[in-house]
Amino acid sequence: MDEESPTKVGLNTEKAQEWSPLVSWRSFVRGSAKLVLNLSGIESVREAEAEAEAEAGVAMAGSSIMENLFQRTLEDLIKGMRLQLIGESTFISKATEEIRREIKSTDHHTKSTALQKLAYLSAVHGVDMSWACFHVVEVMSSPRFAHKRIGYHAASQSFHQDTPVLLLITNQLRKDLSSANHFEVSLALECLSRIATPDLARDLTPELFNLLSTARVFVRKKAIAVVLRLFDNYPDAVRVCFKRLVENLESSDPQLVIAVIGVFCELAAKDPRSYLPLAPEFYRILVDSKNNWVLIKVLKVFAKLAPLEPRLGKRIVEPVCDNMRRSGAKSLVFECVRTVLTCLSGYESAVKLAVEKVKELVVDQDPNLRYLGLHALSVAVPEHLWAVLENKEAVIKSLSDEDSNIKIESLRLLMAMVSESHVVDISRVLLNYALKSDPEFCNEILGSILTTCGRNVYEIVDDFDWYVSLLGEMATIPNCQKGEEIETQLVDIGMRVRDARMQLVQVGRDLLIDPALLGNVHLHRILCAAAWVAGEYVEVAANPFELMDALLQPRTNLLPPSIRAVYINAAFKILIFCLDCYLLQNEGSTSLDSGNLAGGQSELFCVKDDTEAAELATREGSNYEQDVGFNPKNTAESSEDHSAENDIDRVASHDQTLAHPTLLAKKKFMHESIVNLLNRIELIFGPLIANQNVDVLERAQNMLSLVQLIKEEIIDNSFQNVDKKDTRVSAIIKLMRDAFTMELGPVSTSAQGRVAVPDGLVLKENLGDLQAICGDVELPSSSSLSTGGPHLATTSDASSNLLKNEESGTLNESTSLIEHRKRHGLYYLPSEKSEIVTDEYPPANDPKSNSNINDEASELVKLTEQSFLPKKRTNQTKPRPVVVKLDDGDVAPISVKRPESRDDSLSGAIKDVLLGSETGPSMSQSNPSDKSSRKQKEKKKPNTNVQSEMKENVVDAEKPDSENPNSSSKNHGHTRDRRHRGKEKIVEGEEHDQRGKKKSGHRHGRRKTHQRAKSPLNVVSQTPVIPDFLL
Amino acid sequence: MIKAVLVMNTQGKPRLSKFYEFQPVEKQQEAIRNVFSVLCSRPEHVSNFVDAESFFGPDSRLVYKHFATLYFVFIFDSSENELAILDLIQVMTLIGVIGYQLVSVLSVLEAVNFWLKTVFVETLDKCFRNVCELDIVFNYSKMHTILDEIILGGQVLETSSTEVMKAIDEISKCALFPIWFLTCRLEASSNAINLVPKSVSGWRSR
Repeated sequence: MDEESPTKVGLNTEKAQEWSPLVSWRSFVRGSAKLVLNLSGIESVREAEAEAEAEAGVAMAGSSIMENLFQRTLEDLIKGMRLQLIGESTFISKATEEIRREIKSTDHHTKSTALQKLAYLSAVHGVDMSWACFHVVEVMSSPRFAHKRIGYHAASQSFHQDTPVLLLITNQLRKDLSSANHFEVSLALECLSRIATPDLARDLTPELFNLLSTARVFVRKKAIAVVLRLFDNYPDAVRVCFKRLVENLESSDPQLVIAVIGVFCELAAKDPRSYLPLAPEFYRILVDSKNNWVLIKVLKVFAKLAPLEPRLGKRIVEPVCDNMRRSGAKSLVFECVRTVLTCLSGYESAVKLAVEKVKELVVDQDPNLRYLGLHALSVAVPEHLWAVLENKEAVIKSLSDEDSNIKIESLRLLMAMVSESHVVDISRVLLNYALKSDPEFCNEILGSILTTCGRNVYEIVDDFDWYVSLLGEMATIPNCQKGEEIETQLVDIGMRVRDARMQLVQVGRDLLIDPALLGNVHLHRILCAAAWVAGEYVEVAANPFELMDALLQPRTNLLPPSIRAVYINAAFKILIFCLDCYLLQNEGSTSLDSGNLAGGQSELFCVKDDTEAAELATREGSNYEQDVGFNPKNTAESSEDHSAENDIDRVASHDQTLAHPTLLAKKKFMHESIVNLLNRIELIFGPLIANQNVDVLERAQNMLSLVQLIKEEIIDNSFQNVDKKDTRVSAIIKLMRDAFTMELGPVSTSAQGRVAVPDGLVLKENLGDLQAICGDVELPSSSSLSTGGPHLATTSDASSNLLKNEESGTLNESTSLIEHRKRHGLYYLPSEKSEIVTDEYPPANDPKSNSNINDEASELVKLTEQSFLPKKRTNQTKPRPVVVKLDDGDVAPISVKRPESRDDSLSGAIKDVLLGSETGPSMSQSNPSDKSSRKQKEKKKPNTNVQSEMKENVVDAEKPDSENPNSSSKNHGHTRDRRHRGKEKIVEGEEHDQRGKKKSGHRHGRRKTHQRAKSPLNVVSQTPVIPDFLL
Repeated sequence: MIKAVLVMNTQGKPRLSKFYEFQPVEKQQEAIRNVFSVLCSRPEHVSNFVDAESFFGPDSRLVYKHFATLYFVFIFDSSENELAILDLIQVMTLIGVIGYQLVSVLSVLEAVNFWLKTVFVETLDKCFRNVCELDIVFNYSKMHTILDEIILGGQVLETSSTEVMKAIDEISKCALFPIWFLTCRLEASSNAINLVPKSVSGWRSR
């Protein structure tokens, strides 16, 4: 309690205040304070003064004593806040006002208390305290420790690089740093560790240098910690302080060792190479220390150093394993495991031991250890997949853990284990999991399936039909929010994998036709992709009419305009396709023997449409009647109907003469259905010409004009002889069809780079303002896909597939279509009086609620039991389809990152110091061969200019640099890639190959420059020759 | 390096916040809110790690510990060990909650192995379940002093609670008696003096 202190009479009042109501406490306290003063009868001069003042009733606001008496302390403030008589924000603003008044006081005690309250409000309630920075300086310079402490606390909390008063505190800090009271020194150090700027660091380096060797451990350890901040801000301090820092490393005091190893851990994290010469010291600590914290830190340091120096690993592996075996502290064991798995993965026995420890961790009771165990496994994935496979049971069980961290980690591991042989099964099980889990984890699962399967251009996917239908299934999961990813993959597969297109269209149709999906915002992107696919690859569709139905359904008005536009364009393509087929078929029927290439296609189409066209026609016929009723062009179309009938008759007669009953029967329906189609398009798209969106408007307008044009012709045709029919319509259709059958291919990400910049075009280096201009323009990403492109002729294998599938397909589809119509009568212009149409559709895919997750887990374990066995790829019934890969474009170019200049200067300084200190006793004998290099260094010593270093290094880089791990690994990856591609019969055009060669030459060049850019670091590593410390 | 230490209650009210790299006040408050929104959605008896990269930038980890009505949150980067930080939280709360009366008990415990200590902390936590938050609310300055003894500039300096307690004790005395650091004789006579007054009644009865 503070009552001993002379100025603390104010305490009396604060106690009195406790029973007084908050509102009128001041007036009350005045009285009671007087009372208490009288009662206690203390005879100090100041109190007598106060008494006199109170008695006189002139409690002057300016009087420091009165302020002191009636000031609320921090505790009062907190109590008042907790009482919450007035709202918190009002209380805070009142308190701040009060503080603003009090802080101007000349009395140190009042001022510091006010500042303490302000600091509290700032830290806990986010009140701004930057305005008080000058007061902070004042309180800092108070002679009393209690006040000084408040001042320093406030300074470290609120000061930053740009605080204007920072210049004023240098002397105060200097004075306190050299104070005899070590608590004052520690206050100054704490403050400095937070607010050090380059200027402060420069000015205070001498003081810190002294403190680094002070006998008072309490101060010395703090000085050591501050050195880190000092180096950060003022690299030249390294020359002064580094040696003393290293000396502390040899200290026997555990407190000092904790501090200094912490500093080296931070330093080594930024630039490990510079600290290699200190490895013997670290090694000694690793072997000798018994403090877990120190051991953990030293392991962290070695984890950074070991990859740089192979000999180091050999030496530390034994002590690390020792620690792992004998330590009871999980934190240390875990750190050992992590160190072994990250940087000692070459030492088999150590890895085995680590994996054993991980096994213990992943089945532990404590969720923290389970999580970290899984985390350690994921570290091991790239090098030791077997470690994961060994623990697969625990991993899979963790998938149903209640902890989301553990779930996500195990999911990652599971996906790392996936390979071609069992990707199908795992994905199936995971999808079931996703159906049952909470939305967040569900999307996590979907996302990881997507990334795993899409990795490296669908490397692990063999069966694209399966994968495409999996994507379709994902889309129908109610919680799915991965629309964009699925969209990209659907379109990408469409462009890359020719054999998957039929399935793709099939899946697209299933998605498009389900009106329930249209209401889900997250699925719009997927629908967009589905629509594009349906339009682009309509020639492999089982039933284009059905696709058209789906695209024209009224609920499409729920879609945003950009996607609506894609829908219209898709419908356009399908229409063109239908018309083209129709025309060709008519040609074919007139001159059957002239079976040209188009004939084949049309025939295909005829056969496939054979069965369901009949149904379609009858259903649509009835719909059509109503269509006409609604249509303003009623009269015109009734004649058309009539004409259709005529046409049927005509064709029927034609039939008999030609004796091709099936074909012609179907053709008859074709005509009818085409006419029908045109009418429906007119009906649906009619309102769209009033649409707000230009994209939608324009495309709908185009569509409608085409329809009108064609309708005339087709109706005409029905009256005329078919021979005369090669009019402009067929010409137009042919033209458009040709345009649409150009195949779109994937575009390499670096394609733009290969386009030469035309002469005279000045490109701005920085396109920042371009972004500003385009910022609010929504990129029509989807529509850009659908603007027609290069060619595609129906390939023979596609058509053969088509033949195979069509029979089974048609039956299915038509029944589902019927069912669909039954369910959602509204779209098909109801034949009977429609029931009240609700906007609510049943959820697309109801998750099974009854199944048990644990069952699922055991099932998964069983499943993986089989599938993780290294089973050979059994003779596949179907070879992996061709996947188009670009030579280079699939991977974005890696940007070469230059190390920061500050780090350079810091490491340069450290290098210098270390080389200098090598002569000292702490270092083992130095290699004689590095004398020259040291001389070189010394020459350079005065300026740590990065540029001069670089110049020198370029020369060095010309030497073959076999040690550069970057370039070698890159090389390796490159060659492997090549082999891989060869194996997988990747389609690459000849020009592709050529370009590939050119590219590789180019890339070689780039690698060189890459090396060059990297070389300063390498040279840094080579010039300070590492002493043979470990031998 | 440790980036920040936060203490907040289960209603999301901050009780203590310390950032080791300067952050404007608004950012601090935002960070506290973000952290709380994640923490309050986590059920009990799950792991104490949270993905913090979205709030605190790349290479940041978050470890928290739930004691009674308080969350103790440490945010740090890859140069710290997660489990060691968890232990540290326990040391810190131990000192903050129990106070220095138990220094002697603790010094015995230092000798006992780690496992026992953890168990002991858990037991004490149960005993102090209801006073925990209030202790921290009213010992705001003391909590800061404790924190400063353990962590300086993001570096952990002290992992032994005994050492921290000794230092805290001395600092509080120094605050009361400016010349205390010179005249240690006073120590004997001032053992009744506490940094924070326990209660009014305690004062009045004297």
